Amino acid sequence: MNPHEDEILGKAYDSRLARRLLTYLKPYRRIAGAAVLLTLAASAVQLVGPYLTKIAIDSYILRRDLSGLNILALLFIAFLLLQFVLAYVQNYMMNWMGQKIMYDLRMEIYCHLQRLEIAFFDRNPVGRLMTRITSDVDVLNDLFASGVITIFGDIFTLAGIVVVIFAMNSKLALVTFSVIPFLFLATVLFKIKVRQSYRRVRTAIARINAFLQENITGMSVTQLFVQEKRKFTQFDGRNEEHRAANQQSIFYYAVFYPLAELIGAVAIALIIWYGGSEVLSGSITIGTLVAFIQYSDRFYKPISDLSEKFNTLQGAMASSERIFKLLDTPVRLLNPASARLPKAVRGAIEFRDVSFQYKENEPVLKHVSFSLSAGEKIAIVGATGSGKSTIINLLNRFYDVTEGSIFIDGIDVRDMPLDLLRRSIGIVLQDVFLFSGTIAENIHLHNPEIGESQIECAARIVNADRIIEKCSDHFQHRLNERGSSLSAGERQLLSFARCLAYNPAILVLDEATSNIDTETEILIRDGLNKLMRDRTAIIIAHRLSTIQNCDRIIVLHRGEIREIGSHQDLLKRRGIYYKLYQLQYKEQLGATGTNGS
Amino acid sequence: MRDYPLLRLLPYLKKYHARIFWGVVMVLGTNVFALVSPWILKETIDMFRHPFNRSMLLTYAALIIAAALAEGTFRYAMRRILIGVSRDVEYDLRNDLFAHLQLLPASFYQKHATGDIMSRATNDLSAVRTVLGPGIMYSINTIAISIMATVLLFKISISLTLLAFLPLIVVSCAVKKFGAIVHTKFERIQEQLSRISTQVQESLSGIRVVRAYNGEQAFIRQFDEANQEYFRRNLSLIRTSALLHPFNALFMGTSSVLLLWYGGRQVIQDRITLGEFVAFISYLAMLIWPTIALGWVVNIFQRGAASMGRINQLLDAPPEISDHSIRSPVSIHGRIEVRELNFSYNGIPVLHDISFSVSPGSRVAIVGRTGSGKTTLVQLLGRLYPVPDGAILIDGVDINKIPLKQLRKCIGFVPQDTFLFSESIRDNIAFGDIDGSAQRVQEAARVAGLEQDIETFPHRYDTLVGERGITLSGGQKQRTTIARALFVQPRILVLDDSLSSVDTYTEEKILTRLADAARGCTTLLVSHRISTVQNSDQILVLDQGRILERGTHQELLRRGGIYADMFEKQLLQEELDVDQ
Repeated sequence: MNPHEDEILGKAYDSRLARRLLTYLKPYRRIAGAAVLLTLAASAVQLVGPYLTKIAIDSYILRRDLSGLNILALLFIAFLLLQFVLAYVQNYMMNWMGQKIMYDLRMEIYCHLQRLEIAFFDRNPVGRLMTRITSDVDVLNDLFASGVITIFGDIFTLAGIVVVIFAMNSKLALVTFSVIPFLFLATVLFKIKVRQSYRRVRTAIARINAFLQENITGMSVTQLFVQEKRKFTQFDGRNEEHRAANQQSIFYYAVFYPLAELIGAVAIALIIWYGGSEVLSGSITIGTLVAFIQYSDRFYKPISDLSEKFNTLQGAMASSERIFKLLDTPVRLLNPASARLPKAVRGAIEFRDVSFQYKENEPVLKHVSFSLSAGEKIAIVGATGSGKSTIINLLNRFYDVTEGSIFIDGIDVRDMPLDLLRRSIGIVLQDVFLFSGTIAENIHLHNPEIGESQIECAARIVNADRIIEKCSDHFQHRLNERGSSLSAGERQLLSFARCLAYNPAILVLDEATSNIDTETEILIRDGLNKLMRDRTAIIIAHRLSTIQNCDRIIVLHRGEIREIGSHQDLLKRRGIYYKLYQLQYKEQLGATGTNGS
Repeated sequence: MRDYPLLRLLPYLKKYHARIFWGVVMVLGTNVFALVSPWILKETIDMFRHPFNRSMLLTYAALIIAAALAEGTFRYAMRRILIGVSRDVEYDLRNDLFAHLQLLPASFYQKHATGDIMSRATNDLSAVRTVLGPGIMYSINTIAISIMATVLLFKISISLTLLAFLPLIVVSCAVKKFGAIVHTKFERIQEQLSRISTQVQESLSGIRVVRAYNGEQAFIRQFDEANQEYFRRNLSLIRTSALLHPFNALFMGTSSVLLLWYGGRQVIQDRITLGEFVAFISYLAMLIWPTIALGWVVNIFQRGAASMGRINQLLDAPPEISDHSIRSPVSIHGRIEVRELNFSYNGIPVLHDISFSVSPGSRVAIVGRTGSGKTTLVQLLGRLYPVPDGAILIDGVDINKIPLKQLRKCIGFVPQDTFLFSESIRDNIAFGDIDGSAQRVQEAARVAGLEQDIETFPHRYDTLVGERGITLSGGQKQRTTIARALFVQPRILVLDDSLSSVDTYTEEKILTRLADAARGCTTLLVSHRISTVQNSDQILVLDQGRILERGTHQELLRRGGIYADMFEKQLLQEELDVDQ
């Protein structure tokens, strides 16, 4: 994982990304069009103010026309109200659209994630995926809600000022505009410089973050080896780098703002010098002069806004690139093109010469073959890393086999529709994952086909009803994140209920190894027996009692099946199982004996 | 201090008081000259009413540019000084924060997530910096320009000023009111966002369960609901917030209209001149920004105060291990004595009544299940947690009385989790003394059995470890941490389950070389593996924080207790491994 990945700033504009971003605007093109029109209208109305001031001075104030002034004031108020309405509606529409697009994008990302194969989640930490769905999407919101469309408004405002002042007096307009190239140049130069120093600042802060992350994690090592001073010096270096980068950017800002004002002042000076003599020679009015001064004040804002949008655009490009990269991750585990449907899954399973590797040249399973008839129960035993959990992961296609095939009722699992396959297999994992939500929600997992009575029935059968009764609100009791308020054994019972409620033909269970109190242990053993009834079961077993309840036992060692047969068979063989039995299960028997459970 | 967290910044600001003083002077200068320009405009316009020399126009134009130049110079200095100070304080504060973090004990880092600490040192600090920079600068600026411009406005016309101010007061109140509404709605949005985040986080962490139960569609539906609610809450905010700017514009505009109407009348009635009227418009425009900024500045201060509060929590975390070293440094031989040590962590007793002693140069092993207290016991030796007085002695001296630095320097610690810094292999081994010779580094690597591995690395000892370099295997990491501990030539060596990722054959070789290289060095060995500990001078068997058995390998086997049982099992396991 690269902690700097999120800090890299991409290109400011990438036509490929931009075109793709625009497709998100498509469903709302009418609203977008309307918003553009409203933006233009609002900018136009904004330009009226100084012109009305000119009229007020020339036609009424200088001519001492009080009633005319009254009418003008009313007209002005009308324009203000119009501007208010236009601006509000435009603002609201654009933000609405921005939010809609964010909603669409979030759904698209989330749905895509739900289709990606499990291996993808092994490679990508959840935190990073969350960043895509939250922060990165929010950055795009800025683009749609305030970026794209207001650019039109800014350009229009600039153009509007040009048109209006040329219409008033073209010579004076030319004189006034002589400063615009300088303003433009200054702005562009400033933005380039600021971007560079912004990059420097971002890099510096990323380095501070990386350093903090590493040093907070390894603080005890630093303390034990008495290296606080040296580490502090290193930190100080990065901190200083950050300060220097910021001081540089302060310098650019400190130069630019006064410079822009100075250029504006030159424009006003020009208007007074040239316009003033025009007033004296009578070719323009005082009102025109005042209006010119007011308009020249308004150049700066759109120019500066335009370059501000540039930053928004840049951020949006970087975020959209990351989002699109995620959306472009191909869905590898596909539903078969022509699915074969068994009439009803009975539960016969066959592993035929199955090999699997997570990583190149690191085989986890090697040529594993075994079969179960419907209703048969098999226990898999073996040390950690022998490949037991991989068998589960392959059966319900969390991963696809590297070699060989797996059949259910004679049909290759890759030829079965995914949902049918997974509906037929109930999985109980060792580390029970509970979601924050009610107990009922954790049993039905939002499947509308599972009704209240089924939930209650399932819970009762596997003995989960006792823990549920202990909770306030019973089935409506809300669990914390990961169900941390329940004990390991209680969580196990809930997962049994969840599995039973779905009533699968095949049960796959990774037995919990954690210590569970005796009382719950009895409930679990009983629940498990009921759960296994009338089902094909593959159980990764750790308890002797569970193993002895199975028809056959597979001994898996380093990815290969070493022994297979019933408990008695394997004991007689005096092989690995016999040794394992001596090693682990003897003690369990002893413990149960002395504890009297 | 708790009520006003920002007060904590005062000492930091005090350090720069001279610069801040000049910064304020610059603010005043900036505003004085900013007010000159409209006044010149007034003079110009009033001039038109009387016959005058055209050359006066040039003078006025030049004056405007001169005023702008002066204003610009002051503004430049103002930004550089005031914003510069804020960056300097940020720098000081961040350094202090890190220095404080270095003093905090292991228990602090167990309670606080790394991400949380980092966010305080960056995001929160940044919010505080905004108070110090723009926050303070705009506050002073706003106050200065408001007072000065208002004085000038009153000078032109009192009634006109009062009239024009009416809408501005409305705007100021509205901004505040809007702020409150926006704040509440924004909180509701954040609440929903965190709900969405939780949903995403949970459904992705539990993706196997979701898939196994065909839950994709149901979870998408659930996400859709949350997402829609998020949209609705955002929309509710937008309904209000989209109003803010148009509303401001409306009232500012109203102010201009009132000015135009009433001011126009006054010009017509000859109460004020046209020039004064135009200047009035300019001055009023100058007040618009501060009016809006007011609400914004209040917001900056509120956020900054909240963030400072969070930073203060870090700064106020007590450095539990205070080093009240009474003794002057002594030379340490390595005799360890533990006397009736009881230790609780977070109120939960971890170690009970532990007593044992280790003579210098001997090897003691501690075995026991996970959670039996082995790691805590050896960590106490390095005072990673506060140790009860008189419970642990080295060379007969209570370790609480040995200067912390000296204590830690004489212990070579190999912690359980093999943490390496993303620096070169060399720097990682020479961590305890970065100026150590290459020979010492190589020697440490040799003893730890790392030498041959390093030969295969692309840049040998200069190979970077971690994200930017190579990924070491678990065993290589463990051996590097062993080399790191050996490098400091410790009097006491602590190996906390440090050979678990190394195969038994390599382990034996390392242990033999260790015995050779670290002759005379007291060794504490924590392990689950009998093969690791069997040659120790003394073996302690720990269970639930108590020593249940002690003795040599042979003695413990004869006793037939926990240790003998462990031995038997592991022998079988080894046999199984060899068999296959």
